[in-house]
Amino acid sequence: MSAHKQIDRRWIFLLIFICVALPLIFVIGLPIETTENSRLVYDLVQNTPPGSKVILSFDYDPGSKPELHPMATAVMKNCLERNVKVIITALWPMGVQMAEEIHEELKTEYPQMEYGVDYVNLGFKAGGMVTVQAMGKSFRTIFPTDLNGTSINELPIMNGVKNFDNIAFVCSFSAGDPGIKQWVQITHDTFGKPVTGGVTGVSAPAVLPYVNEQQQLTGLLAGLKGAAEYEFMVKKPGTATSGMDAQSIAHLLIIIFIAIGNINYWRNKKKEAKGGE
Amino acid sequence: MKRQIPLIITFLVGFIVIFSEFIPQRFFGQISSTLEEWFLIISGFAIILGQLSLFKVNFLKIKFKQPNWPYYIVTLISFVVMVGFGAFWGTETSSGFLGDGAKIVATLGDKPFDYLFHNVYQHLSATMFSLLAFFIASAAYRAFIARNVESNLLLIAAVLVMLGNTSLGSALTGWLPESLKFLHLPRISEFIMKYPNTAGQRAIMIGAGLGLIGSSLRIILGIERSYLGGK
Amino acid sequence: MLHFFEVLGVWLAALFTFAIYSFLYKDNPFYKVAEQIFVGLSAGYWFIYTVYSILIPNLFLPLSEDFTGNWIKMIPAVLGIMMLLRLIPSIDWVSRYPVAFVIGTTSGVFFLRYLKSDVINQMTATMINPFTGGDWVVVIGQLLLVVGTITGVIYFYFSKKHEGAFGVTAKIGIYFLMVSFGAAFGYTAMARISLLIGRLQFLLGDWLGIIGH
Repeated sequence: MSAHKQIDRRWIFLLIFICVALPLIFVIGLPIETTENSRLVYDLVQNTPPGSKVILSFDYDPGSKPELHPMATAVMKNCLERNVKVIITALWPMGVQMAEEIHEELKTEYPQMEYGVDYVNLGFKAGGMVTVQAMGKSFRTIFPTDLNGTSINELPIMNGVKNFDNIAFVCSFSAGDPGIKQWVQITHDTFGKPVTGGVTGVSAPAVLPYVNEQQQLTGLLAGLKGAAEYEFMVKKPGTATSGMDAQSIAHLLIIIFIAIGNINYWRNKKKEAKGGE
Repeated sequence: MKRQIPLIITFLVGFIVIFSEFIPQRFFGQISSTLEEWFLIISGFAIILGQLSLFKVNFLKIKFKQPNWPYYIVTLISFVVMVGFGAFWGTETSSGFLGDGAKIVATLGDKPFDYLFHNVYQHLSATMFSLLAFFIASAAYRAFIARNVESNLLLIAAVLVMLGNTSLGSALTGWLPESLKFLHLPRISEFIMKYPNTAGQRAIMIGAGLGLIGSSLRIILGIERSYLGGK
Repeated sequence: MLHFFEVLGVWLAALFTFAIYSFLYKDNPFYKVAEQIFVGLSAGYWFIYTVYSILIPNLFLPLSEDFTGNWIKMIPAVLGIMMLLRLIPSIDWVSRYPVAFVIGTTSGVFFLRYLKSDVINQMTATMINPFTGGDWVVVIGQLLLVVGTITGVIYFYFSKKHEGAFGVTAKIGIYFLMVSFGAAFGYTAMARISLLIGRLQFLLGDWLGIIGH
């Protein structure tokens, strides 16, 4: 393809912008189908006995918020509604604020839920894999206090939580490294506890090999689609569900771009071949 | 001394971490746990070093009036403002030197640190990464050309996964009878992800894993020393 | 007043969003300023959260509350300060000690975890009988999984020239890798579009109020 025949890419940018914006304004309401991996995550939460304690790790920042925040919100609410106690941690510093945003929602939506009893935010710790390993041996060493500086011994939810033995499962919402990989390698492969979670679309293909017969990872929510599936299963449509129409149209547009790119390429190749004869 | 002692430290620490895994002695386990706890604290200092280093680099760029130097003043001001707000009035959950700044919170609705995070940083970060949506669309138009078997496989897999991962895929092939359900686009996409994709990614994972194991051993045994720097 | 700052917050967010998007037209000072604010605020955030989440609860508080019981934490504290000395060129070699500690610990942990999770467990997960477990679609899938993993690993073996039967096997490995990369592109496109959707949900919802959440 010769350079002068290529259209100005700013037209492509504009088209993408419009094709994403329009379905957000004029909702089509395309159906959402669940996948096996998302159902595995849902089943793990549903089969966890009420009163159990789980870790939800917020390993992302605002850069991945549209994908991971809806699933984190849906999973957290699902846990709390089933009376599964939630311990929040973060391997990314901005994960703390992401969790706090959900905390604000919980205050109004579930006023009966009590901080420190039904859920707690232990905050951010650096060190990735090494820190997760230390957590597995002794929770108190790594988290002497919660995010507010309250001693972990004064928080009822942390009673009896010494290490991963006292946790039902870990669910990591992960935008990269450190994240779900470290939880799989340590929590499941070293301490034998189920690990599940959600990842950005970018990292999903590389994380999928962990979903295998050994159950290194129990299911996986992949990107906005995974979030929309979870919202669908818990019957709480949110931003992921409302974004799926736009997602569909944008994918269609990208496929059309690929097709046009190929048609142009082959047409030019034919012309070049003719010119060469 | 400048190189030998660090090499010995690396060897001893790596050796203890690995062997404590195989020796069920409590003593070894405790040493390993202590080392991991120290690691967290030193990692904290490493992050601080990273931020101070960024400050230094930007400061030097301004000092020596490198190209675009006025923009680096903006970087330094933003850094100092964020750190200052955090240090003086703390964050949503921590108090700063001057307490919690109740008056400011009553006016702003948030602590200054959180106000900046929620209204500026969060949006800058999200927008910055969303720019890639435009470039990936443009890349699809320019680079996804079916030239040979490999590029055909790449292209077909990409298109099927993109279609299968949306509601559009469900709508397009939802009418298929039960006997042909394996051709349903979301199912095809799931099949690609579960089998051929997993096979390829697993091969990469095993290859990279073996590489990492080799590098780790070379570092612990002192064969690989580049992390100590040049001098 | 509170309302004013709420509205100002939304407008600030919208203005910075457009400042970044202005790059799509062409590079310009608005984009550059927004980019540098992003870098500065990010560094400031990391700094503050590291102090409040790690250095205070895990180091300063234990030392100030019970020094005799926690004196051993002085060792990582000193190592940490040695790390900071990297900023002073004349004595930056001092930072090699804590770096050696960090590298040694990481290498030890990586050696153990990657061996088990990414090598042994992945190989075990591939050692399946492809002909069991359900209908013909699953059987084909499992066959692809076994063949793809083995040929893919063979492709990464560069100590032998890729020719003859070995070369053919490696070529099959490339085909599987290509399908993986295609799938990865599909997912990456999905991820990037999702981020744009997030931004438009903000602009059309929180800022303009055209759509509800």
